[in-house]
Amino acid sequence: MSGWLIEPFTDNEWLARALLAGVLVALACAVVGTFVVLRGLAFVADALAHGVLPGIAVAVLLGWPAVLGAAAGTVVMMGGVSVITRRSRLSGDTAIGLLFAGMLALGVMITSKSRSFFGDLTRIFTGDLFGVDATELLWQGIAVLFVMGVAWVCRRPFLLLSLEPELATTSGFHVCRYENLLLLIVAVAIVSSFQAVGTLLVFGMLLAPAATAALVTRRVGAMMAVAALVGSVSVYAGLLLSYHADLAGGASVVAVAVGIFLVTFAVTEVRRSVGTRRGTRVSHIESAHTHGGQHGHHH
Amino acid sequence: MGTTTDGTTEASGSPSAWAIEAVALDVGYGGHAVVEQIELALRPGGLLCLIGTNGSGKSTLLKTLAGLVHPVAGEVRVVGDAPGAQPARVGYLSQHPASSFTLPLRAADVVAMGRFAHLGLLRRVRPIDRSACAEAIERMGVAAFADAPLMELSGGQRQRVHLAQALARQADVLLLDEPTAGLDIEGRETFARAVAAERARGCAVVMSTHDIDDAETADLVLLLAGRIVAAGPPEQVLTPENLRASFGGTGVH
Repeated sequence: MSGWLIEPFTDNEWLARALLAGVLVALACAVVGTFVVLRGLAFVADALAHGVLPGIAVAVLLGWPAVLGAAAGTVVMMGGVSVITRRSRLSGDTAIGLLFAGMLALGVMITSKSRSFFGDLTRIFTGDLFGVDATELLWQGIAVLFVMGVAWVCRRPFLLLSLEPELATTSGFHVCRYENLLLLIVAVAIVSSFQAVGTLLVFGMLLAPAATAALVTRRVGAMMAVAALVGSVSVYAGLLLSYHADLAGGASVVAVAVGIFLVTFAVTEVRRSVGTRRGTRVSHIESAHTHGGQHGHHH
Repeated sequence: MGTTTDGTTEASGSPSAWAIEAVALDVGYGGHAVVEQIELALRPGGLLCLIGTNGSGKSTLLKTLAGLVHPVAGEVRVVGDAPGAQPARVGYLSQHPASSFTLPLRAADVVAMGRFAHLGLLRRVRPIDRSACAEAIERMGVAAFADAPLMELSGGQRQRVHLAQALARQADVLLLDEPTAGLDIEGRETFARAVAAERARGCAVVMSTHDIDDAETADLVLLLAGRIVAAGPPEQVLTPENLRASFGGTGVH
């Protein structure tokens, strides 16, 4: 049994590298994803993830490092999102959706000039977890440290923004500045993760572990820790699944992460409906602590 | 400081003696005034009640004093400075405080956020921050559910938590938009005691309300209906004619 669970990673260096790369993705996405979920930025994050496509496509076509293109694409997209949400009469969703579709179309058009069109496109969308090299791992590590550093320094304004942007202003924090910083670490997490899990799948890693954590935690710090754990477990389980069943790596990882969310969601919903049947709201709060342990025994 | 401080007009010589002062202030959005020509002078420890229906301009005035909305015209000073320039000295509670259902925060965490204006980005939480939060939790009767997640609280309990957050700042000016909304009778009494204690230590309070009873202890009442219907001490302002003019529609002039 243990051979089946651990030996694939000790026997295959490429799989161990994939595990490391995946865990770094999970860490960056846990920190950033927590604020994305809390601030309701899912759609913006999605747009950012796809905004990188034209940048990457141009970089691949010119033979430049894909990360450079991704970074350029993200800067353009961030600027666009920032301007449109502030200046446009359209609702934010509509404006960002347009920008997102436009960038996606542009990216596919540019990629179609490439000789290996579908190969390149698939690689950009779903990443290449088994092709990550040492340099990319190093960059990922730096990105994780950067994201964690910014999140730690800005934890107070980010928390206020998540609860109520007005509260950030009346507490002396410049809302615009910290919203842009939040977008910046979302972008860094996406750009540093796309080579491992691709622009489509990075979105899953950003949301699924953080959303799972939101269901089961009572504090933001705990939410990040649980998100990191869920993300890392998804990477490990997904890689094992991929190895033994011969499936695509990144997709397996994200499928496991979303699976964990769905199971957790179902379990918490069942618990909640049991809880509300017990009586009024107040007694539910009181019973939440005392009955929590009893629920544990049933599992 | 040294001269007469008991009068309400004597202090006009030194502007910083007022907690809030406004001269010919027009408030509104995007250059369009909702209420014009507001004159205010509230001393430290004073209470100003804003009375009027929804849309009468109460929230707009409070947001202007909090620095969330720019004044359309005129001059306004809060603790002797521009609105929003002294976040650690001014507490603000919005009319509809956030009740996000995804946010994993306990009631005590929400109260603690009231100290962020003092802490800024990096300063460590000090004993004084902890004691301010503990006192606010105690005063608003939040202790019983301090460890409960915000999303599991009732509307009245949440309002107590948000009020405790505003109190935790230990500000010199408190701006409260409909602070008694959603509170039961016991909650209102708790809140009234907290306001009295804040005023006793020199904090000026501005609050909007639908409830005439709330305004009877005020130094100053502003009756609004998209314009100033009346301004002054409660016994002069809260007359049947004035109340009809602001609540009874546009027919009375």
